[in-house]
Amino acid sequence: MSGTTAAAGGHHGEPGGFLRKYVFSADHKMIARQYMFISLFWAAVGGYFAYIIRWQLAHPEADIPLFGRPIGPDEYNAFVTMHGTIMVFFVAMPLLLASFGNFLIPLMIGARDMAFPRLNMLSVWVLGAASALLLLSFFVEGGPAAGGWTGYPPLSARTAYVGADKGMDLWLLALALEFASFLMGGINFLVTPLNMRTRGMGLLRMPLFVWMVMIASLLFLLSVGPLVAGAVMLLLDRNLGTSFFLASGGGDPLLWQHLFWFFGHPEVYVILLPGLGAMMEVMPTFSRKTIFGYRPIIVAVLVAGALSFVVWAHHQYISGLDPRLATPFSVTTILISVPFALIVFALLATLWGGSIRLATPMWFAVGGLAVFIFGGLTGIFNGSAAVDIYIHDTYFVVAHFHSTFFSALFLAGFAAIYYWYPKMFGRMMNEALGQIHFWGTFLFFLAVFVPMHLVGVGGMMRRIANPGQYEFLAPLSGLNRMITMSAVLLLLSQFFFAFNFFWSMFRGRRAPDNPWEGTTLEWTTPSPPPHGNWPGEVPQVHHPPYGYGLPGAGEDWVPQHRPAPSGAGAGR
Amino acid sequence: MSTAAHASAGAAESTPFPSAKLGIWWFLASEIMVFGGLIVSYLLFRMAGPGWSAELHHNSTLLGTVNTLILLTSSFTMVEVHRAHGRGEEAKFRLHLALTILLGLVFLAIKGAEYTAHIREGLVPAKSMFWAFYFGMTGLHGLHVLGGIVANACLYAVAARPGGVARYGHRAEMNGLYWHFVDVVWIFLFPLLYLG
Repeated sequence: MSGTTAAAGGHHGEPGGFLRKYVFSADHKMIARQYMFISLFWAAVGGYFAYIIRWQLAHPEADIPLFGRPIGPDEYNAFVTMHGTIMVFFVAMPLLLASFGNFLIPLMIGARDMAFPRLNMLSVWVLGAASALLLLSFFVEGGPAAGGWTGYPPLSARTAYVGADKGMDLWLLALALEFASFLMGGINFLVTPLNMRTRGMGLLRMPLFVWMVMIASLLFLLSVGPLVAGAVMLLLDRNLGTSFFLASGGGDPLLWQHLFWFFGHPEVYVILLPGLGAMMEVMPTFSRKTIFGYRPIIVAVLVAGALSFVVWAHHQYISGLDPRLATPFSVTTILISVPFALIVFALLATLWGGSIRLATPMWFAVGGLAVFIFGGLTGIFNGSAAVDIYIHDTYFVVAHFHSTFFSALFLAGFAAIYYWYPKMFGRMMNEALGQIHFWGTFLFFLAVFVPMHLVGVGGMMRRIANPGQYEFLAPLSGLNRMITMSAVLLLLSQFFFAFNFFWSMFRGRRAPDNPWEGTTLEWTTPSPPPHGNWPGEVPQVHHPPYGYGLPGAGEDWVPQHRPAPSGAGAGR
Repeated sequence: MSTAAHASAGAAESTPFPSAKLGIWWFLASEIMVFGGLIVSYLLFRMAGPGWSAELHHNSTLLGTVNTLILLTSSFTMVEVHRAHGRGEEAKFRLHLALTILLGLVFLAIKGAEYTAHIREGLVPAKSMFWAFYFGMTGLHGLHVLGGIVANACLYAVAARPGGVARYGHRAEMNGLYWHFVDVVWIFLFPLLYLG
């Protein structure tokens, strides 16, 4: 790949011209910003759909404000499908893995750029094409995909069942392109930390965020293949009349569920790990303490990643799976809580006894951890086959996975944005608005999703457009209205963020190199970093990350690139 | 090579492998899972449903064997391309690269003739699960062969320039890794779809 040399070399100066700088850029920092804007655009769309879904559940027959009319069951299915698809594939992965992975990996390991800058540019443009196809699917006849974000056949295999025709094909193509984009991105996220580290940066001196992105990329690369195969089969079923997933022609709809969830469960960690990684960077910095258990955390994540390949059937306990298989999958599923408990305790132990600085990133990190613990605990109920048979496909499950996803995607994601925004855009975000945003998000999140567990245990099913049709759900209607009101307030709280994000970009206080007194390499270069990341030589590394709270160090911290003062013991 | 440029730009290469090679290996790891998903699905259906061996006899063992030999030979010529780069033999590099491309095209031509014959007999993907898998698996494999041909043609285009082999010849190893992988996939598909 000799052609990449010019783009990757640090001393070549910035490419000129608007198009080369902002659009067709091979600079990882610009690509990170492109990913961020794509994901924030989709987050707004996904949030709007969440609002429509919630309004419909609280007031099934009424006109939906800002939409204009009530929606029927078919449209409701489409909104639910697209909300899930957008949030998982077009918000969570681009924001946490791609945007922050791109921005931080070279800066954290001391590289001038990613290993394959042009592949990197291609990956963001393929995601752009995927986004365009997904947008297009809203406007074709029959509407967008409506078979659920999991695309279960036979709903997804035949137009007659859900009404979506070309929308379903476009959905499959958009996902295929999204996978291609993240395969390319994943190769960069794996090869760059393996091969481009600066002098002194051993693998076990890399910040944990880099480890989390690497492991997430590995899980993605190894799990997505069967679903790609499944997508090919489903496209053939839809367009060439085969019956891979249709029992009438000798196929089996359960096959899709296996192929989907073999990918789907590792995918949960593809989203979660970069979020946890962001917490692992924020918490030591704002506790002024080194991370508790650096190596055990890495081992635990590797173990959890390996286990995530053998838990997929816990999504299928009531799908007609052989009941003898349910117990082994219950066991592996609940086993996975062991490494995650270790990670949670390591983060809590990092906070313990620290000199905690409660700035916005820290609020979001701590809030995210709290919600993640909560969501993890309800996962134990779902993982146990005997309990799951009762709560499967109810709002208990919806509340559970929103607790885990929302904490990893939005709470940890906001922690990451508030923490690295100064480095990314060269200006500080407003602290007061940030804290208002945190409390609005955190409290209204709890107000939405804690009562939702009760709605689920009360028997309300997922994917029903009108709970008013069911007599036994009538006592839950007050709770549903209260949840919807909280969801509206949760969404309104995000305007504090949107304003802060764009206002600070132009009017925020100029950011110093190291506003949070962090120790990792990204804080050793100007904010924002120049093309090539460091104006002079790339710094050399002398310590593990997180050298905080060191006696005899003058200040209480030693950055990774500063030679050790005698007796400071900045690491192991 | 880009890796050398990075090293001079400050970041020492941290593993003994060039970045491009690591990248190709990760890519192939994900490809194994794509074909793995298809092959395992096929095996499960085949073990569960009787009558598949009857349909399989519509496939010509002769044509399948010829195609297998063609792909194996093309893997040999691909290795020769890589060796020619190592020895700086430019003419041999281009000759064997052209042969590899040609053999790939012959493979696709034979595959196309088989497809045509099947479709004329009414053995289309919708006919039964066997034909759905047959066309799905060989079709996806055929697309991979086509991708390899395109990659090799791009390499040929730059290698045909004066000094092109010296400058771009190292890419033969990356193309080769991919080409051998496509070959190995066929080694699995051939017995599953033609012999058993």
